[in-house]
Amino acid sequence: MEAVDGVARVRPLPLAGIRILEPGQNLAVPLGTRLLADMGAEIIKIESPTKIENGRTLYYPDDNPGKRHWNQGAFYHEASRNKLGLAIDLNTVEGKDLFKELVKTADVVAENFTPRVMKNFGLEYETLRAIRPDIIMLSNTGFGSTGPWANYKAMGMTLEPISGLSHFTGYLGGMPMRTAIAYTDSPAAMVNAFAILAALEFRSRTGQGQWIDLSMYELGASLISEAVMDYFMNGRTGGRMGNREPLLAPQGCYRCTGRDQWVAVSVENEPQWVSLCRVIGRPELAADPLFSNAVARKKHHDELDVIIQEWTGSRDHYEAMHRLQEAGIPAGAVLTNKEMLLDPHLFARGFFQEVQHPADQEVGRRLHPGAAWKIESASPGIRNAAPSLGQDNQSVLTALLGITAERIRGLEGAGILGDAPRRQERPRVRGVEELSAAGSIWPPDPGYKLVLQERGGSRKEQPLSPPTAAPEKKQSTNGASKARNMSSEPRQV
Amino acid sequence: MSLESNDPAKNGALGHLKVLDLTHHIAGPFCTKLLADFGAEVIKVERPGSGDPARRFGPFPGDVPHPEKSGIFLYLNTNKRGVTLNLKSPAGLNLARDLARQADIVVESFRPGVLACLGLDYETLSKENPRLVVVSISNFGQTGPYRDYRATEIVEQAMGGLMYTTGLNQREPLKEALAQGQYWAGALAAAATLTSVVGGRMTGQGDHVDVSIQECIASGLQSTIMWYSFMGVERRRQARAAGGLNYMFPCKDGYVVPMVGGGQSWEVFANCLETEELLAPQFATQIDRLKNAEELNNLLVNRFRDSSKHEIFHRGQEWGMQFGLVQSPADLAACPQLESRDFWRTMDHPEAGKIGLPGPLFRMSASPWQLRRPAPTLGQHNEEVYCGRLGYSREDLAVLARTEVI
Repeated sequence: MEAVDGVARVRPLPLAGIRILEPGQNLAVPLGTRLLADMGAEIIKIESPTKIENGRTLYYPDDNPGKRHWNQGAFYHEASRNKLGLAIDLNTVEGKDLFKELVKTADVVAENFTPRVMKNFGLEYETLRAIRPDIIMLSNTGFGSTGPWANYKAMGMTLEPISGLSHFTGYLGGMPMRTAIAYTDSPAAMVNAFAILAALEFRSRTGQGQWIDLSMYELGASLISEAVMDYFMNGRTGGRMGNREPLLAPQGCYRCTGRDQWVAVSVENEPQWVSLCRVIGRPELAADPLFSNAVARKKHHDELDVIIQEWTGSRDHYEAMHRLQEAGIPAGAVLTNKEMLLDPHLFARGFFQEVQHPADQEVGRRLHPGAAWKIESASPGIRNAAPSLGQDNQSVLTALLGITAERIRGLEGAGILGDAPRRQERPRVRGVEELSAAGSIWPPDPGYKLVLQERGGSRKEQPLSPPTAAPEKKQSTNGASKARNMSSEPRQV
Repeated sequence: MSLESNDPAKNGALGHLKVLDLTHHIAGPFCTKLLADFGAEVIKVERPGSGDPARRFGPFPGDVPHPEKSGIFLYLNTNKRGVTLNLKSPAGLNLARDLARQADIVVESFRPGVLACLGLDYETLSKENPRLVVVSISNFGQTGPYRDYRATEIVEQAMGGLMYTTGLNQREPLKEALAQGQYWAGALAAAATLTSVVGGRMTGQGDHVDVSIQECIASGLQSTIMWYSFMGVERRRQARAAGGLNYMFPCKDGYVVPMVGGGQSWEVFANCLETEELLAPQFATQIDRLKNAEELNNLLVNRFRDSSKHEIFHRGQEWGMQFGLVQSPADLAACPQLESRDFWRTMDHPEAGKIGLPGPLFRMSASPWQLRRPAPTLGQHNEEVYCGRLGYSREDLAVLARTEVI
């Protein structure tokens, strides 16, 4: 907010006016365009009316798939808030034509199919460029758009080990391990957002569009650059060190009093080491030759772990963190998802945001992670819940392409547009029962809604995001009405 | 707007942008590396004498520490110009402000509050340069009760929510490889930088961007948070290290990840691996396979014991299954896919010599990634920048050096 002549003016969000078509699914592209949507870009998702993406089937609210289960998945909701949703069958001629007409009005097309899919649709870059010469297209693939592995199947769970990350993750002397998430999709999303913006900048200077080819394999290998360079320089392949690192001693993860409660502690230099000895009530260790410098401490790390564990073992992880931080020592409570939601710092930062989902989604009011970064000029956040399947078919196609309501009904009748997956399989609830059987969760907390209301130490409710329109009106706030005012010309800069 | 070349592609996507880079370590430099690699002119400011602490991190050729041969520094600082500047001296701060006046973007990773003390904060700088975008990267953000808390990578992963769910249920949580949180933060900060640059074109005004490494990690947890807000469940780690499908199986020469799926059936899986025993009735359905997990596990362990991980990986992929494998840096260096894409490049550095490193983070058809210059030696571009941009003479530079300003 800035004051001009004493009048507070709210600036528009930075990416207002940018339009991105997203025939993407699940993670790498949707998470990337979500970052842009949070900053005001208009993201038009284009999904299939036949088969829904995996994310729409994962983690129903309170394990209840509701009447329209494809609109209930938490996985999908986190990735696609603030977006508009179309469901168009790109396997039909009419569907492809609609897509091509939409391309004329868009700045960017972002997709994460395997390389042959857009080609098979006849919607690859060369075709789109003929329709709109300055179109920017981003293709996010597992292994890249070219090369012997281009059409290999990839997913986050396999790309993490393939990229070299798992080689370095695991207990000392143990097997390679993975994170619990489709790891490479998260940094890929961040770099996707950067790549799209870089292409927009290039276009603003030259008027030219282009094609972006992002390989998650190459990105993953870049995230362990220091290890790869050790191989190039010294022929070393390295391996797993648990929670230890070559330059930090001591470093580790130590048990605290609560259930599966831990604190991470890290010592970067000699002054921190001396402070650590004092804080844990063992000041004499600072003069002990066994631990006299980082080399010695690494040699006797096992002994040190026992000593530190003795101190943390009788403390709550937050208490241990605060005591160590007060003394200038890097330390962090290892937070569960619940603890993140309740954490006082993240609460003060307003990081999580309560979203009122529209009535047809049967999700109610839920906390979501908010914008990934903050800006002084505005308050990016969650303006709208993720769209129900095909929610904006009518409003967007009418506003952008002038298609009449009658024609839309015809397209719906022919199955080219839809709002319910034609293969409407019964939902498979992958919730509490299945996750418990797999050992992936603690027993659920039946009072969790009350717990979340206690955030910030008071029962005061979180600030609401602006209310979404009732389903019948289908007025998309950031989309169609703005679209009416937009030509299909490139944004003037 | 002066660019190095008349060929738009030669200047990269961001050749029209000037960045004053006050960052150090990993997160900030990775952000400015992304900007520099795609064409922006980045002036990296380092403290005289020791420079960016990453010059001490290594790895080093032959394990001999040398400030010009630190692997991570060389990778993170490609395409940047380097100057030395003493930000503890008022004269140095004046020079910094002179440089900021010519910049479109300032990126910094000091402890919150330091920039304001230095008189280099957004409020001060934007008075003379209203279009300036200032990007601040910190552990926990510019505000909040933990604002001044210290963090290393493990602390970030712990507080960011990634660590609790990594590892085994019955053991301590695990840190993911190397410096992931800091790389994520660098990538997000680069996206945030360009977001405000693009936004600034419309309004004519810059912005102050606040990037918290903790929030970057928390933004990448892929619905983990929602397990609690949608279902009231706290997510744990893994029940077991191995012994099930979609886990890693030891091979003759490493580990393979035999995933069923990719649209293929159990029968296809069995045929692909030429292992009839997999077709036995006790493995017929998913429920059966879970019930008889140990027997299935032993079968697969035996199957893979004498096979090479690459052979199994390619075999599975050829049968349309999304197999994976655990690759080490040696595997990556020899990978035919990366080779065919010309992914590995060589930097020719005046002191470190020819160094192999990862190349393009992504490809752009009209404004490609380029390795235009190696990472700078300490103070390498003092003359080019202070003389060429700020009008000082060489004699002036000597005075500034003697008075410990640069």
